[in-house]
Amino acid sequence: MTATAISEVIITNEVGLHARPSVKFTKLAKTFPCTVEIAISEKGPWIDAKSIVKVMGTKAPKGTRLLLRADGEQSTMAVAALIALVERDFDEGSGHGEPG
Amino acid sequence: MANPASITGQAASAGFARGPIHVARPQDQAYVAKASPEEEVAALAAAVEVAAASIAEAMGKLSGDAADILEFQLAMLEDGTFTEAAAELISSGAVAYEAWKSVLEDEIETYQSSDDAYFKARSADLSDICQSVLSVLSGEAAQSIPAGAIHVDRDIAPTRFLAHDWSRGGGVVLREGSVTSHVAMLARARGVPMIVGIGDSEVDDGEDALLNAQAGELLVSPDDAQIAAFKDLHSASARGLSDAEARASEPAVTGDGEAVQLLVNIADPSDVERISIAHVDGVGLMRTEFLFGGDRGLPDEETQLAAYRKVLDWAGGKPVTIRTIDAGGDKPVEGYTIAEDNSFLGVRGIRLSLAKPEVFRVQIRALLRACRLGVLKVMLPMVSVPGEIEEVRALFAEEAAELARQGVAHQMPQIGIMVEVPSVAITPERFAAADFFSIGSNDLTQYVLAASRDNARLGNLATSDDPAVLSLIANVTRFGETNGLETSLCGDAASELELVGLLLGAGLRRLSVAPARVALVKAAIRRWSRDG
Repeated sequence: MTATAISEVIITNEVGLHARPSVKFTKLAKTFPCTVEIAISEKGPWIDAKSIVKVMGTKAPKGTRLLLRADGEQSTMAVAALIALVERDFDEGSGHGEPG
Repeated sequence: MANPASITGQAASAGFARGPIHVARPQDQAYVAKASPEEEVAALAAAVEVAAASIAEAMGKLSGDAADILEFQLAMLEDGTFTEAAAELISSGAVAYEAWKSVLEDEIETYQSSDDAYFKARSADLSDICQSVLSVLSGEAAQSIPAGAIHVDRDIAPTRFLAHDWSRGGGVVLREGSVTSHVAMLARARGVPMIVGIGDSEVDDGEDALLNAQAGELLVSPDDAQIAAFKDLHSASARGLSDAEARASEPAVTGDGEAVQLLVNIADPSDVERISIAHVDGVGLMRTEFLFGGDRGLPDEETQLAAYRKVLDWAGGKPVTIRTIDAGGDKPVEGYTIAEDNSFLGVRGIRLSLAKPEVFRVQIRALLRACRLGVLKVMLPMVSVPGEIEEVRALFAEEAAELARQGVAHQMPQIGIMVEVPSVAITPERFAAADFFSIGSNDLTQYVLAASRDNARLGNLATSDDPAVLSLIANVTRFGETNGLETSLCGDAASELELVGLLLGAGLRRLSVAPARVALVKAAIRRWSRDG
């Protein structure tokens, strides 16, 4: 099944789309066969979410509204999985540590 | 056969090695242009692959945080974006070397101009990536250090040092370098002999040589008598070491029965893998510069917490003294420290932390959270006036209140200071607001004697056994004892066997030493008694 999926998410991770988050983000994006792109404005530029050089290049800090779009096989799943990763603060230990 | 030649430098990491000299090829090796653009592209692709493979190899040898950073570098290298951009430049006439350099320098520029300190700090990673590929292209990294060789180089990067297997002997001789560099600390922690500052002395590749890093001497093409003397010295030292190792787990007690607390200095969390906690009374100094190291950028709160947790877990309830970032001076951090003409007298240590509270607050939060995981004490470097302690306490209180508001578990640690600026050592009573004192003998010595410790030409001037330095150490120790303020010494002086007796004589009963020196310093303590 082929379709275009579009969604958006706010980056809540303390240090934004930094080194380790970018590694995780691009690794996850690469597991999907569809093209995945991100942008920080509707006007673009849309950049390849599978390239860490380009993803880091957005230098998106905390609070950035991140737009995602995927095109092709498993596009819906790809967008959902990537949004979930951003919402989980990239599994960086919830940004503010152990509950307690 | 060449005549024997003696070359002297400063001892950076004690030990003995005999082996062939391995001279590193000069850095500015020329890149040889290829016959066609296609070959240039292929040469670049191959170089990127080699650089990636060596990062992957180094990754396997490093622990958590450092490995994460290398994983990031690896991902950046394996990403086709840079090579594609370089290929475009090559098609318009550039050679692979220029093309890669130009693409990466442009990228580094965009990071350096970022307003966000975290992204800014990543420019160091990109410089690393850039340099590693350029080195391969110019044929430099292809040469690995042969096993057992004495490696002679201008300086050596920590990653290169770590990538080599030193368990088969050999050592390091640096023309420049510094006894206080990160790589010298790594060498001391691992017991790899190293001398620095030999200058432009002529050394030829392949010659037999004896490295006596105890004395800071390299003997090239030694004669039979020199070899025999070296062997005697080496075996006596090895015997001393094995005798000391046999008793490493016993407590440190002086010849006349006084207990001495012996702690260990940790320069990198992976140091704990080389020493048993049962052999020491805790960590007297855990440096945090490794987290901020030039090639790793500014660490986030979680990265720091993970590093502190690792050491606290290992310590199993014994005290761990963590020093807040001590950058500046001879320890620059890209994107953080300020370039100054007279950096040892400039914005370094706690001065820098207070000047950049946004970075310091991240470390404070990580420390407050880590404090619950064991017995953590916080130590402030380069304090020179009492007001600095108050300022830091206020920041800790603010961050603790913020964590409480967010419902994040934390605890207020003891906050003590390094005694390394003469103003503190002369009038310690003005600094009684600190919870403890730890004497930093390296800096104290250089400030008392006005002799920069990274200047190889002044090597013999700045020694910690100078009577003026010892008198200040005794002054601080006396004040600590009378006023119930725990006082220790964590500088290199405590690791130097000839100085241990002088420090005990000055009244110190709490020393913190490099991991590889624990057993030997214990043995030196056992040999000492009050009556000499």
